[in-house]
Amino acid sequence: MEQRQVYLDNNATTPLHPEVVRTLTETMACFGNPSSMHGFGREARGLVEEARSNVASFIGALPEEVIFVGSGSEGNNTVLSILACQSGQCSCDRDHKIHIITTAIEHPCILETSKCLEGHGSRVTYLGVDKHGKIRLDELRASLTPQTGVVSVMMANNEIGTIQDIREIAQIVHAGGALFHTDAVQAFGKIPINVVDLGIDFLTVSAHKIYGPKGVGALYVRRGVRFCPLIHGGHQERGRRAGTENTLGIVGLGKAVELRSREMAEEAIRIAALKKALKEGIVERIPDVWFNGHPTDCLAGTLNVSFEGAEGESMLLYLDLEGIAVSTGSACASGSLDPSHVLMATGVPVERAHGSIRMSLGRENTMEDVDYVLDKLPGIINRIREMSTAYTRR
Amino acid sequence: MSTHQSWAYSEKVKDHFVNPRNVLKDDEYKEDGRGIVGNIQCGDEMLVVIKVDPENGTIADCKWKTYGCASAIASTSAMSELVMGMPIDEAFGIGPKQIASALGQLPDNKIHCSVLGDKALRAAINDYYTRTGQPEKVIKEESRIICKCMNVTDHEIEEAILEGARTFLELQEKTKMSTACGKCKDDAETLLKVYMKKHFS
Repeated sequence: MEQRQVYLDNNATTPLHPEVVRTLTETMACFGNPSSMHGFGREARGLVEEARSNVASFIGALPEEVIFVGSGSEGNNTVLSILACQSGQCSCDRDHKIHIITTAIEHPCILETSKCLEGHGSRVTYLGVDKHGKIRLDELRASLTPQTGVVSVMMANNEIGTIQDIREIAQIVHAGGALFHTDAVQAFGKIPINVVDLGIDFLTVSAHKIYGPKGVGALYVRRGVRFCPLIHGGHQERGRRAGTENTLGIVGLGKAVELRSREMAEEAIRIAALKKALKEGIVERIPDVWFNGHPTDCLAGTLNVSFEGAEGESMLLYLDLEGIAVSTGSACASGSLDPSHVLMATGVPVERAHGSIRMSLGRENTMEDVDYVLDKLPGIINRIREMSTAYTRR
Repeated sequence: MSTHQSWAYSEKVKDHFVNPRNVLKDDEYKEDGRGIVGNIQCGDEMLVVIKVDPENGTIADCKWKTYGCASAIASTSAMSELVMGMPIDEAFGIGPKQIASALGQLPDNKIHCSVLGDKALRAAINDYYTRTGQPEKVIKEESRIICKCMNVTDHEIEEAILEGARTFLELQEKTKMSTACGKCKDDAETLLKVYMKKHFS
């Protein structure tokens, strides 16, 4: 009998939506360079611009405010690098605002870029978070200085799913005279986003988290704000991102976004019900567990849970042997023993951070999946605890 | 379609991970020696208990428990089989290399997870010597301070290398050694070569 496969790692990446597969297959033969004036080029240009309109209207932006990029990481790097631009050649309006504010729970592509910029003379403030993973607005207010160029706060966290109060944050940032960027890679396509309503200057999204292809994302840059490209050398994307457009990827992103606009609301309700069942099932079946993240302001599909006395990687691998895919932000999987920087920032005790797994549900998950996990998980946790030095049954 | 055609580790590691041997389950176990190393704050902890056959001076039984990853579980399981019936002094000399080869190799970045088992075994053997009134046989793993400014020992350098440091810069980053006066740089470079050879050659 085939082993059941349950994919609970949708925050890492998602399977292509079948309709995205169909669109991609149909588009595969379109090879024209969107910059060419002839018919081949015009066909490709049409597809790219249609995708741009889809993305723009989904977030309440203008098409010209959307730049296609190669990944969420590229989008995030692009925004932060604007501050570091010292080039006399560049048209970006250098005003020597060299202070960046970000948070301790950002994705590494923000944290590492910030660290790199510190080495190039920028000053970076890393805001802490409360026990649920939210930044403190007073701390943000107090950190803003006249030198603050950009504030980057992720909309929803990849590990614990906590959703920040973006509108309030953007207001504070603007009152302080800085620009506001949000890494919305995890939030995009899961919660409604309107960049005008929220007051966002820069926003990063990625296709492969919303059932689109890998290697493509988009960066929203509000009209009129300071910008300078990360990748120079071409007129593509109105001179803002050089390189021949990844037509196929962009088409996939556009289709994925179109599908999200139709399916997102209903799906969020269904997924929230699955997560509720999963969470309650765990509580009923397994003692000594803790849930990490915000009790209400949390992505519908993200469940981060710590099991006392059970180490993260061993849980991941025993679950993998049963066909269940989860992830661990912690420790040993990466070869380093450092616990998740996100959980540590929320003040979770270090042993609980080492013993956590993230289950992230997606559109393909069903109640049967949840039942299967609830059938396998208690036995696995029990086995690990039986050989654990760090668990005593109460 | 099976997704398990390629397991991240060798089949032997998988076998020991799925069916760990000699796990200590008896709360009333009467051991002759007990060693515990690491701690859960650091992400892994290992307990090894032994029974000794006093006639032959061999390990009569070896059991263990861990808070650790798949590599820690598998390597300690393999080690517990390896040392069964072995003369104590020989068991004392078991190292990660022998355990890793018994498992058909571990990925480089997981070697550090496999050193806990043999460390805990040595602690258990020392404990046995202490309990049986043979303190002269206890072999302490002496550590030597290499970086006097930052108080970093050769053991800490070895650990950093096991955790993935491969260059002097990475050693500096992990241990903070040689970040003040810098006089210990040559010693660090030498130790880097020695420990790389010991664990990864």
